[in-house]
Amino acid sequence: MKQALVALFAGIVFGIGLALSQMINPNKVLSFLDVTGNWDPSLALVMGGALLVTIIAFNFISKRNRPLFDDKFRLPTRTDIDSPLIIGAILFGLGWGIAGFCPGPALASLGINFLDSFIFIVSMLAGSWLQKYYTTINKPNE
Amino acid sequence: MENFTPYTALSGGLLIGLSASIMLLFNGRITGISGMLTGLLTPIKGEWFWRLSFLLGMIAGAIIFITFFPESFVPRKNFPSILLILAGFLVGFGTRLGNGCTSGHGICGIARFSLRSIIATIVFMLSGGVSVFIIRHLLGITL
Repeated sequence: MKQALVALFAGIVFGIGLALSQMINPNKVLSFLDVTGNWDPSLALVMGGALLVTIIAFNFISKRNRPLFDDKFRLPTRTDIDSPLIIGAILFGLGWGIAGFCPGPALASLGINFLDSFIFIVSMLAGSWLQKYYTTINKPNE
Repeated sequence: MENFTPYTALSGGLLIGLSASIMLLFNGRITGISGMLTGLLTPIKGEWFWRLSFLLGMIAGAIIFITFFPESFVPRKNFPSILLILAGFLVGFGTRLGNGCTSGHGICGIARFSLRSIIATIVFMLSGGVSVFIIRHLLGITL
């Protein structure tokens, strides 16, 4: 329950951050990716601002043995660069560039621009499900 | 460059970084939105409710901000649904295959100096640029 309350608070802060930085405006995102057009570097500063905080904070937090509300950190452990990582990133980027939505902003705008957001998220969940299904039928032992 | 909004972009980014730092400090977890969304459909005991809480909080946070500053959001009108469906599908498939999106790889992974995340972020930025070039400049779709 404590974890859920922290997550709720952190989610609200994240949502305000996305709205303040206008990342919930798809054209703002597309204008960042549009380097040969009327380029808008704002998204770089959003990432830069976020990284400024996370790089410093993560460094301090990682010195701890455990988080405040759990018995251990649950972090990704993989370090290999494999083709699913690269192909996945390519496909994600292509989709991102078509509509200007990545998962966070798409979901955050659900309460503001419902229909676009809803259509995108349902399609996204379908894509995610199909990826899992495809992997499962190809590797039946996993 | 006349649409560049450095102050709101930077301060919004700081809030996003703060949120991810809170999640790591208190809950010991990475703030990856694509993983949280997928996790809602494939529930694991003890990992479902916090994910739902975060995502609902995020929707609420955006509503709260837009309620106070309605002029800051201009909804896009008449964007073709077929492109939304195609884009959503690629984003869902790609983030599941590549284990993350802009938040998990771009903000948390880079902060952990994860080589996987650094490479994924460079790759999706580049392919995003290619995609926009095709959509906006070759196909001429701007809405």
